[in-house]
Formats: sequence, C-alpha cells, structure tokens
Amino acid sequence: MAYNLKENLMQGDRLSGGHRFCAGCGSPIAIRTVLRALNPEDQAVICSATGCAEVSTFIYPYTAWKDSFIHNAFENAGATMSGVETAYRALKKRGKIDETYKFIAFGGDGGTYDIGFQSLSGAMERGHDMVYVCYDNEAYMNTGIQRSSSTPMFADTTTTPQGKVIPGKQQNKKDLTKIMVAHGIPYVAQSTFISNFKDLSEKAHKAIYTPGAAFLNVMAPCPRGWRYPSEKMMEVTKAAVETCVWPLYEVIEGKYTLNYRPKDKRPVEEYLKMQGRFAHMFKPGNEWMIEEVQKHIDQKWEDLQNLAEIK
Amino acid sequence: MSKYEKNTAPDVKWQDITLAADVFEGGTAAAIETGDWRTIKPVIDWDKCKQCLLCAPACPDMSIPVGEDGKRKDFDYFFCKGCGICAKACPFGAITMVK
Amino acid sequence: MAIRERLSGNEAIAFAMKQINPDVMGAFPITPSTEIPQYFAAYVDNGEVDTEFIAVESEHSAMSTCIGAQAAGARAVSATSSCGLCYMTEMLYIAASDRLPITLAVSCRALSGPININNDHSDAMGVRDAGWIMLFAETNQEAYDNFLQAMRIGEAVNLPVMICQDGFITSHAIENIELVETDKVKEFVGEWHPEHYLLKKGESMSVGAYATPVYYMETKRSQAQAMIDAKDVIKKVGAEFGEMTGRSYGLIEKYMMDDAEEAIIIIGSSAGTAKEAINELRAQGKKVGLIKVRSFHPFPAEEIVDALKNVKAFATMDKDDSFNGHCGPMHAEVSAALCAAREFGPMGINYIYGLGGRDVKVESIEKVFAELEKIAATGELGETYRYLEVRE
Repeated sequence: MAYNLKENLMQGDRLSGGHRFCAGCGSPIAIRTVLRALNPEDQAVICSATGCAEVSTFIYPYTAWKDSFIHNAFENAGATMSGVETAYRALKKRGKIDETYKFIAFGGDGGTYDIGFQSLSGAMERGHDMVYVCYDNEAYMNTGIQRSSSTPMFADTTTTPQGKVIPGKQQNKKDLTKIMVAHGIPYVAQSTFISNFKDLSEKAHKAIYTPGAAFLNVMAPCPRGWRYPSEKMMEVTKAAVETCVWPLYEVIEGKYTLNYRPKDKRPVEEYLKMQGRFAHMFKPGNEWMIEEVQKHIDQKWEDLQNLAEIK
Repeated sequence: MSKYEKNTAPDVKWQDITLAADVFEGGTAAAIETGDWRTIKPVIDWDKCKQCLLCAPACPDMSIPVGEDGKRKDFDYFFCKGCGICAKACPFGAITMVK
Repeated sequence: MAIRERLSGNEAIAFAMKQINPDVMGAFPITPSTEIPQYFAAYVDNGEVDTEFIAVESEHSAMSTCIGAQAAGARAVSATSSCGLCYMTEMLYIAASDRLPITLAVSCRALSGPININNDHSDAMGVRDAGWIMLFAETNQEAYDNFLQAMRIGEAVNLPVMICQDGFITSHAIENIELVETDKVKEFVGEWHPEHYLLKKGESMSVGAYATPVYYMETKRSQAQAMIDAKDVIKKVGAEFGEMTGRSYGLIEKYMMDDAEEAIIIIGSSAGTAKEAINELRAQGKKVGLIKVRSFHPFPAEEIVDALKNVKAFATMDKDDSFNGHCGPMHAEVSAALCAAREFGPMGINYIYGLGGRDVKVESIEKVFAELEKIAATGELGETYRYLEVRE
C-alpha cells in the first residue's frame, strides 16, 4: 500500500509525550516514526540500550513507551532483544502466546557502533527476527558529546577537541551500514528525516516485516552536540542527503538500491557550515580539511553508486 | 488514577514499591508537563495552514496531534518544548515562534 | 523408583536441564562448564527437548539473552565458569535487581591471572555481591539435586539462582548418581507463572528503569528482603525434595558436629576429602567435625553459629582469597555471624586452600586439625590468615 502521511499520522504514536529528550532531539523523531511503521494490530516489545533514549524515556516511574519495554545495559540491546525474541518463539511454540509480536531494539551510535558492536553482530548473525535501529547522532551524546567511531572526520567532541595541535577527530566515520550488509541479513537501510518521512517510514515497515534480522541506520542530529539552532533539524538532514554525506539507500538480500540521487549534488561545506562542531574547519588555512572531507564523501558516493549498479 | 499510584509515589515504602522498580502500565510519562521547559512557543496561523501535515512527524514531542478527520489540531502545549522544528518545516510560514 | 546411573557433574546438570526442558538456554562455552551447553545442544538437535538454544557470542550476551527471555516470561538457563562468570558480572547484578529467577550452573574454576583452568571458588566468590542465591555441591549428586530445586527456590522469591560445583573435580569425574524420573521432576519443578512479563496479553510493562536517589534504595531493600526470605524457602524445598527422593537438603550439612571440639567450615568437593580425614581422626579418638556450607547466599549465619557453639577451635576453609590482607570471603561472613550472635567462645582461624586446582589431600586436612588441636589446648590463635599447602 502506498505511503500516505495523513493515514500514517492518524494511527497515533506508540511513544508518549512527557519524555525528557532535549528540545529538538532527533532520537524521539526517529523512534516515533519507526514505531508508527508497526501495524496497529501487532504487539511489540521494544529494547533500548543505555543512552539518550533510555534515560529520557524511562525515569521511574515514568515510561514513555506504550508497548512493553526493556532496558538492560549499554552494550547489549542486541543480545537482550535476542533473548526476548527467542522467548517469544519458545512460548508461542508451546501454545502460551497467541498474538503477533514484533521486536525493535534502539541504540545510539555508542551502544551500536562501539560498546554494543559485539552483541549487535551476534544478534544479526544468528538471524533473530528483529529490527535493530541505530539513532546515529555521531558521538556519545548522553555522557556529554564524546567521540564514537561514528563521529565524522575533524568533528569537535569533548574527547577529540579541535585543539592547537590536533584539529578534532582524526578518523573517518566507520561505515556500520556496510558492516551490517556483510552479515548477510535480509534487510539493511540508511535513512533520515526528509520531507514527509516517507523514506524512513517505508524502510521501517520493510525492516519490521521482513522475516529475519534487519538493521536501520538513522541519522538523528543532536542540536546540542552538533551545535546548530534546534529549529534547523530538517535543514540539517536535508543538507546531509543533498551533499551525499548521508546517502539514502537499502540493501535487500545483498542487493544495493540507491533511493535518492541528488540532481544537484551540493558541496559538503554547505552541510559543514551549519554546525558548530565543524566551525574550526572554516578558519583561514584550514581549507584543506574541507577538501579532505569532500574527497572522502565523493569517494564513498562513487563506491555506493557502483554497488547500486552491480547486477 | 493509576492502579499503581501508591506503589510508585515518591514517598513509597520499600514494602510497597513495584517489584524490581518495573512499571506495569504503558505511557505513564504522559503525566509529565514538559511544556514548562519552553522559552518560546509555536503559534499557528490557520489561514496560512494548508494541512500539508509536514510539521507533524517532525515534532520530537508528539505535540502536533492529527485528528480522526486527518487534519492537524492546535499544538499540545502540555508537552511542547518550543524547539522550533515545526516552524522551519512548514513550507507556508503558517507557524511562528513567539515568546 | 530412582534411576541408577553413572554421570559426571556436567552431564548430570545437562540431564537435569533436559528433564526440566526450560524455554530458553543462552550459553557460551568456557572450560570446564563447556560440556553443559554441548550435551544440551545435542538434546536440542536430536529433538529430546524443545528448548530454544541461543549459541551466543559471549558470556555477557549469554546472561543478557537470559534476562531478555526471563523478563519476557520464559524460563531461561545458562552455564559458565571463571572468566565467563566474571565477564557477565554486570548482567548478574541486573538479573538480580530485575528480580528474574534465572538458573545458572557454574563449574567453578580459578579466575585469571595467571590463567588456570582448574578448580577454586574465586569465580563464584567474585560475584557474591551480585544478589544471586548461591548453592554449592560436594558431589555430582548434589549438583543434580540442587539444579532440580533451583527454580522452585528462585521463583518463590524472584531471585536468580547459581548452582555451583567444583570444576573438573566433580564436573568431569564420573560417579554413581541416582536420577529422579522425568515425570516426577516435572511435577516437582512445576511451571512458572509470573504475574508480570513483557509478553503478557493486555498489559504493557517497562523493565530496567533509571531510578533516582528517591527510589533506588527502596528497590534494594526489597531485594535484600527476598534474600532473607530465601532461607526458609531453601529449607522448605529441600525438605520436600527429601520426601520425593530420600535426600533432604538444608542450608548446611553437619558432619560429626554433635560433640566436636575442633571443626572446619568448608564448601564443595573438599568436604568429601575432609570427611575422610575426620573419619581417620575419629578412629584415633579425636573429637572433630565439619560444617559444609551448601547455601552460601543466603548465608546460614544462625545455623553456623549454632553448630559452633561448643567448638573450641575452628578453621574456615576458603578456596578463594579476598586479598584484603586478613581473611577470605567465608571467614569474613562466619566472623560476622559469630559477632552478631556475640558468640566469642570458639577460636577461629582461616585457611586459604586449593587455589588454582592445588590438590587437597586427606593429610592436608589432618594438618589443619592438628593446628586446631594445638589452638584448643594452648588458647593461642597464632596467625589467623593462613595458606594451606603452599611451598615456602
């Protein structure tokens, strides 16, 4: 059935207001969109790794989750959700459960790319029927903006400060989406918030309803850590896509599909200049940093296009 | 009133607190008025609003409810934190942030 | 009619798991508990159980999957040793604070470093503050019997249960064992019906809250009460088990303690060795006995104090050192129990023994009793923090 924004919104949200996410946070936008992709008649159990999402959604006795929810620890959303999903299969097999449940785990880039990597890999490799959604805000935001392997080159974070000698993070962003593709799972996608949210909603729906393990990497900007005025959320995500910093694509059964090719690919500085974490790159003499980032983005974009063209 | 009000109140005794500090209902956070975080708030100009609904999914706080008629209603100021995303997302300038 | 068999301790645990047929097992191999998931995986793949087996990628994930599964409403079990138990420590605390009656079999092995695959109790003792009920077995029979009782105990108080045996010594040694018929096991263990679980129809539940200082302490006090309540449950289930099998269990076992003047307090397989030593010394007319601790947590404080009442000198045998400069973990708890009861009569010393699989011989235990005899006679404790059978 074709995506219809009105019908999608009329379902209502499975995340309630009254949560403690910062004003303008990308994480609850990602979460609510993904949860609306559930068929209303289906039950769900949600898992969150420790991080912004967990501490903002479940401060005893207030839970923003309308479905059943489990938080366990920082590094094990993958394993915890595996356990819940397995219990579901076991109990269903034994005739103790008759409803349809879906399993969605959320983790920030910290709990997904780094400390949670092992448990994510295990869950995906074993092929549990679940979705893992990374709300990628490109640093350990909950503990105060420390670098993660997802943090882009030259970004200013509290553990990679742009200093007199070393100008911010010195490694490129780890490509976790490709690592997940290499696990051979049936559905992997990269998305963010664009326009009427069709991209994320459709991908979330496919991820949830494709049998087996699915992974969604959602760029979820953090106004605090990225240092842009909170109202500019949709401009930031749009710039990420139009500059090809964050391409929108899917990999279904190992086959790449590029969902959006900008007709007019924008130079990466249009994205960088919106954010205080990259401000030092615009100081005179630092042009080489922007050039390096442009080269890197261009290479990755070309590689992705080649992958999408493979028959 | 929640069935578990007594077991989760701030003065609850250890004998009465819910087992494992679990919560046995969904969405209890809806009782928290995050609207008092605001320093600015969105105001809608219904004349300019075309009901395109592009503002609604961009709200982090579920503060733009959409009714059964498929139309967006006024802001839910109980939760709205005044982040301003909706104002910028609106293609018709129908939302203004005011003090 | 009991089934007579010859099984190693690991086999016995796996067989107990098979008879119980839990919903989920999430396990990772580590010497010397590895055989448990191996035997169990064979049961699964041959259709002898319909448990869902998750071959996880680490012990931390093993306990994580058990927590997810048990919170979802399923009975979850696992098995581990040594560094594996250590690696899942973070999760052990959460299993207990989430009040999930998971069952974990531990084939005890020394913690690194140096790396060592042989038995001591440093792994189990290392996690003694995590809030788990901890039962220790002297033999493969006790390991099997304890595992069968575990779920009845844990589910009654909503706490997870650790069933410990000595790695290699009992886990790998084949001995005679009496098995309970499967239908009797199923009737004894029953089914688990939690009031709240993630997959419960018509109810949403949130597990794993962030609790501010306003609430944290009350949840912990509630957890503490469950451990206190577990003492009576362990005794009750142990008595019921006795009615079914003829083998009753309590918190401790007393061996020749009625008129003992010197005694040792000990956990695990070395209790068997010690009983041999006691038999020999008794034949020489010496009034010696032992207290074997089955339930380490909850700690049988009153029972031990009562058993030591008329003892002149005792030694707590610790197969783990706390490296606090003065005593091992069990001696600390025994001393606290005596202090709480204001029982200052018995003179106590502590032996750290058997570390990293150092062999515990009958003669070694007789040496301990010889020391205790001296202490009883002279009234002088000497050094209280001692190492047994270390070359010096």
